[in-house]
Amino acid sequence: MRTSLLASAAFAALIAALPAHAQKEIQFWHAMGGNLGDTVNQLAEEFNKSQSDYKIVPVYKGSYTETLTAAIAAFRARQNAHPHIVQVFEVGTATMMAAKGAIYPVYQLMADAKEPFDPKAYIGPVYGYYSTTDGKLLSMPFNSSTPVFYWNKEMFAKAGLDPEKPPTTWPELGEMGKKLVASGAKCGFTPQWQTWTMIENLGAWHNQPFATKQNGFGGLDIELKINDALRVKHIQTLADWGKEKVFVYGGREGKSTPMFNAGECAMHIASSGSAAGIQKALGVEKVGIGMMPYWPEFIAKPQNSIIGGATLWVLQGKPKDEYPGVAKFFTFLSKGEVQAKWHQETGYVPITLSAVEITEKSGFYKQFPGREVAVKQLTLNPPTENSKGLRIGNFVQIRDVMDEELESVWSGKKNAKQALDDAVTRGNKLLKDFAAANN
Amino acid sequence: MHKRVTFDTKLLPYLLLAPQLFVTIAFFIWPSAQAVWQSFVLEDAFGGNTQFLCSGLLADPLGGEAWQRCFRHFDRLLSDPGYWHSARLTLVFSLLVATVGLALALLLAVMADRTLRGATLYKTFLIWPYAVAPAVAGVLFGFMFNPRVGVLAYMLSGLGIEWNHQIDGTQALWLVILAACWNQISYNFIFFLAGLQSIPKSLIEAAAIDGAGPGRRFWTIIFPLLSPTGFFLLVVNIIYAFFGTFGIVDALTQGGPGQATEILVYKVYKDGFRGQDFSGSAAQSTILMMIVIALTVVQFRFIERRVHY
Repeated sequence: MRTSLLASAAFAALIAALPAHAQKEIQFWHAMGGNLGDTVNQLAEEFNKSQSDYKIVPVYKGSYTETLTAAIAAFRARQNAHPHIVQVFEVGTATMMAAKGAIYPVYQLMADAKEPFDPKAYIGPVYGYYSTTDGKLLSMPFNSSTPVFYWNKEMFAKAGLDPEKPPTTWPELGEMGKKLVASGAKCGFTPQWQTWTMIENLGAWHNQPFATKQNGFGGLDIELKINDALRVKHIQTLADWGKEKVFVYGGREGKSTPMFNAGECAMHIASSGSAAGIQKALGVEKVGIGMMPYWPEFIAKPQNSIIGGATLWVLQGKPKDEYPGVAKFFTFLSKGEVQAKWHQETGYVPITLSAVEITEKSGFYKQFPGREVAVKQLTLNPPTENSKGLRIGNFVQIRDVMDEELESVWSGKKNAKQALDDAVTRGNKLLKDFAAANN
Repeated sequence: MHKRVTFDTKLLPYLLLAPQLFVTIAFFIWPSAQAVWQSFVLEDAFGGNTQFLCSGLLADPLGGEAWQRCFRHFDRLLSDPGYWHSARLTLVFSLLVATVGLALALLLAVMADRTLRGATLYKTFLIWPYAVAPAVAGVLFGFMFNPRVGVLAYMLSGLGIEWNHQIDGTQALWLVILAACWNQISYNFIFFLAGLQSIPKSLIEAAAIDGAGPGRRFWTIIFPLLSPTGFFLLVVNIIYAFFGTFGIVDALTQGGPGQATEILVYKVYKDGFRGQDFSGSAAQSTILMMIVIALTVVQFRFIERRVHY
């Protein structure tokens, strides 16, 4: 009795495991929680409905680092339990690239699967960040954002400033900040993700290098260049402003955004991906979104900003006949309508130019003014080797180092020059370690 | 003196030991061995391109370079000022957590041990914090001391103290110590209370009749008789401060600001799971394991001798 029950249970399980027409499952591990996760599930469902050979199975694996660690652990276990596609944040790019036996470069995947693929359809800095020096795409851009400038129009009006005129340069921002604080604002300006906005993007925006060898695109034996005149001036100015609350430090990552949302800070530099949340918190009409300010003494006109966010990497070691499904999914994701939907619902920048056109035609930018600024910043000028992107090994630790050194400036322990020099020394050591471990 | 039990067959004792041995090997020895192995290899994050660093020792056992290569990850750590900072910090942190936690718990236990109205209620309340997981304790303290919306941060600002543990490293360290002690006091309290209750009342009464005041009774009778409990708790608390406080640090400060609260166990996690530097992280684990083994041996060898059972 018992054995027959077991046998029938096993049989039932077998039937359940065998789809009607041998649809191949493609595992897709991602780090998009909440609303973003829902949108990812919708995209997968749409793709699954559009054809019947493959089924994308999206699995939420937690934060970016948790997702990456989970994929690495699954891959290292060599039990074929690793995903076909894993979403990796931009700072993990060098780690992924160095793992040569583990990744399947996207340009090769598309060529092997004979999927049509046109690099020119993509937005320059989005494509460039994830491609080799000779323009071959390594991972599929998915969610990308760039820092933009936000200001509180109500607080501007209260300080006697023109609520429709944001500062265009940093000295202007300083003057406005003083007036805002004088009018009772608790804080003039606060940035989000300070290393990304105030060091990495600051460099690209002013066409200054972050590291040697084209910001690391040209090789592994590189050194940081972040103790240059521009950054020393910028960080020291912020520290000086800190004494009068024109600048207030609100913590790492996105921790400062609640200060802007609560009306404590009048000016904010934050990811374009935060736009939807900020407009919701303060009301669309109260928030202005504009381009980041620049230092006229370092550049006459700003260059272009760089992105943050994540891409989809394809892992090796799955059955060969499943990879065409991955390629088809990527083609689907690059479609103008799909990208436009993703852009409008999440606030991330679209990866293709056609998605921008579609969004423009739909009147979305009129309804949500300022949401077009991110793309404008990214495409302001053709990217140079300083503004294409960053390819930095051990980048997570290097960001931690920069955070730590910046915090020592904000707390008055070091001046900007000392802190940035120390960040370079500490960062270079991490770069050396990375080069040694990955050669 | 000791009772001896002999088994008829040689197999039975091994069989009886097997489940425990299995658990120890699978969940302790095997991962530890993996960590030790990992700290002597060089490879990329996905485990490709693996090189065993000590293979050069076979060919040249006396060569300085071969040794240096073999201990590359350890060399890298020990020449990193950040690691030494973390080590010193851990020392201060665990000493403070253990002494403050034990002293306060002892004080509370002595107070609650007296016959007073509502003693059971006090005891229950004092035991409660132990039911709170460290990560949750971290979130709770993070809320109360949040520089913008925290109740206690607001009260402190009323006293003229500008509280912002997101910028001020010293404040962050005190906050983590406070949360860690609060979380552990209940555990210490239960043990101290049980220890106190097992001291024969007749001894204390006799001392009282002989004219010893409460202070003298405590130091000459109660404290020595409590020492086995105290010793046990010291070991447990040091290990707690080394490892168990991870959740509190992660929820409260993530090791920041700067590296102000980056204790060794947090650095292991940060370098390994945030930075994907698995070998460096494994080397840190190996060192940490050595430290705790050494500490425990020292505690049992030297301090235990002074303990009266």
